[in-house]
Amino acid sequence: MDILVCVKRVPTVGGAITLSADRRSVDTRMSGFTISPHEECAVEEAVRLVERLGGSVTVVTLGAAVAEEQLRSCLALGASAAVLLETAPDVEAGPRATAAALFAVADAGRFDLVLLGNEASDTGDYQVGIRLAHLLGRPVATGIKSLSVADDAVVASRTYRGALETFSLPLPCVVTVKEGINLPRYPSLPGRLRAKRAAITRVPVSPEADGLRMTTLRVPDAPKRQATVLGQGASAVPALVSVLNELGVLS
Amino acid sequence: MTVFCLVELDGGAVADASLRALTLARGLAAGAVLAAVVFGEPPAPGDQAVAELAGYGVTDVFTVSGIDGYAPQAWARSLAGLLGPGERPGPPGGHAVLAPGTDRGNEVLAHLGAITGLPMAANCTAAVDNGGPLEITRQRWAGLLLEEAVLDAPVALLTVATDAVAAVPVATGTAAGEPTAIARHEVPASVADGDLAVRAVETPAGAGGASLATARVVVGGGRGVGSAEAFAPLEELAELLGGVVGVSRVVTSEGWRPHTQQVGQTGTKITPELYLACGISGAIQHIAGCSGAKNIIAINTDPAAPMMTRADYAVVGNLHEVIPALVEALRARPGARSG
Repeated sequence: MDILVCVKRVPTVGGAITLSADRRSVDTRMSGFTISPHEECAVEEAVRLVERLGGSVTVVTLGAAVAEEQLRSCLALGASAAVLLETAPDVEAGPRATAAALFAVADAGRFDLVLLGNEASDTGDYQVGIRLAHLLGRPVATGIKSLSVADDAVVASRTYRGALETFSLPLPCVVTVKEGINLPRYPSLPGRLRAKRAAITRVPVSPEADGLRMTTLRVPDAPKRQATVLGQGASAVPALVSVLNELGVLS
Repeated sequence: MTVFCLVELDGGAVADASLRALTLARGLAAGAVLAAVVFGEPPAPGDQAVAELAGYGVTDVFTVSGIDGYAPQAWARSLAGLLGPGERPGPPGGHAVLAPGTDRGNEVLAHLGAITGLPMAANCTAAVDNGGPLEITRQRWAGLLLEEAVLDAPVALLTVATDAVAAVPVATGTAAGEPTAIARHEVPASVADGDLAVRAVETPAGAGGASLATARVVVGGGRGVGSAEAFAPLEELAELLGGVVGVSRVVTSEGWRPHTQQVGQTGTKITPELYLACGISGAIQHIAGCSGAKNIIAINTDPAAPMMTRADYAVVGNLHEVIPALVEALRARPGARSG
């Protein structure tokens, strides 16, 4: 089966998020870049499906020229082709423009399955996969943590409020996945060498503005918590019990 | 402005995330129509959920029947139907449709956005209507960053963060707090071709028990727990406190616990009365998942760990000594659960 996986370059955030001087982006001068954990799992799921069933994995991203780095990482993990929908530097495409750009690739490629992460870890828009599915006129399931493909259908499930929700979708379809669906592999050395040399298809894109427009970003005020130290080791237990009592969690 | 809010029920009651969404929706409705939309059977007179909705300022309840179970695209199509036939209804000030920022709420509103061609803002923490485009605040990075934005659309589609907006009923004793008769509307589902192709079949997951997202007490375990086996005392403590176990990302990547128990940006966001974090350093991706906890107690050997400095109460020490001693002390209490 032929699978398209959509990924996004995002900063690797470590101890804290700091903002650029204009407060319109994350300060990335000291950070590396990656794709969202959900998307790492989408790539892994696609590679596993193709290892089992045959076919191809194409990975696509919308972003500036530097996003080539993330495409090559995906190629090193087993993707067979890569498409860069290239924007000018520092353009933040909204979810509708992103879905529209991805649609051009997804529609032309006649993929059996399009996989995305449930949401990008930076903007967290929770809608690109669904908008893409509507443009393609295909069924979609989101937030998926278990996926199986048999014959011409996909069975996908997720947990919701303690219950398991299972969706059956005919192929071709769109599925957005979450971390936990698998444990992504590390790239192999031959994979990395192959990825270095692989050709990447580049298509220039000028995303349209969204009706939702960011003005500024800010770091939320940390709650002013001054931790009360209850003690050291097991000797703190009596104090701990009385706090639990005060909080009303002891029945 | 008419504000519609998708409401999910949990048992017979309104789900906590929906109460939070209604609180934000009420501010936006500003005394105009605040309509709760519920999918399923019409509520019986004297229904508990309807009384609860009234307490949150809901003026109208729309019950959409005719869809068997959860079908996200069909739910969205029916919401689109409520906005009026054909082109935009366009009353002055426009409409808004809100939903809780749950898996289902985000999914249904994204479908609604795709069906109507409208923009959608996920996981909002505030929305202000000054007559022009809505001024909204929404979460990025699972709440580690906040985005100030304008939403320029004839109908505003918003989901409400599940961990950042408190659920506040209308103050009683005020004119607005007097119980008013809720207008009930029963509407048939509007469904187009293919809308029912994707539908959830629900089965109980695992051994049941309280769900992490809605648990009142969460006992968290991190790298400091050390192994899969070493989670037994945490399980025991969680049971004694009527709670569940949650874990940090390293625990699931080590394979000690299943991913369904992960608290954090890529796991579950929790909003318990108490989060008892054991051997968790507090990486920001984890903080994103637990900052909605009302109270945090941290147990860690390192007093300078971020989790310790963000906690309300801290115990400096080895969890392998503290937890068994705590379990023993709780068991020794008169009337303790035999668990």
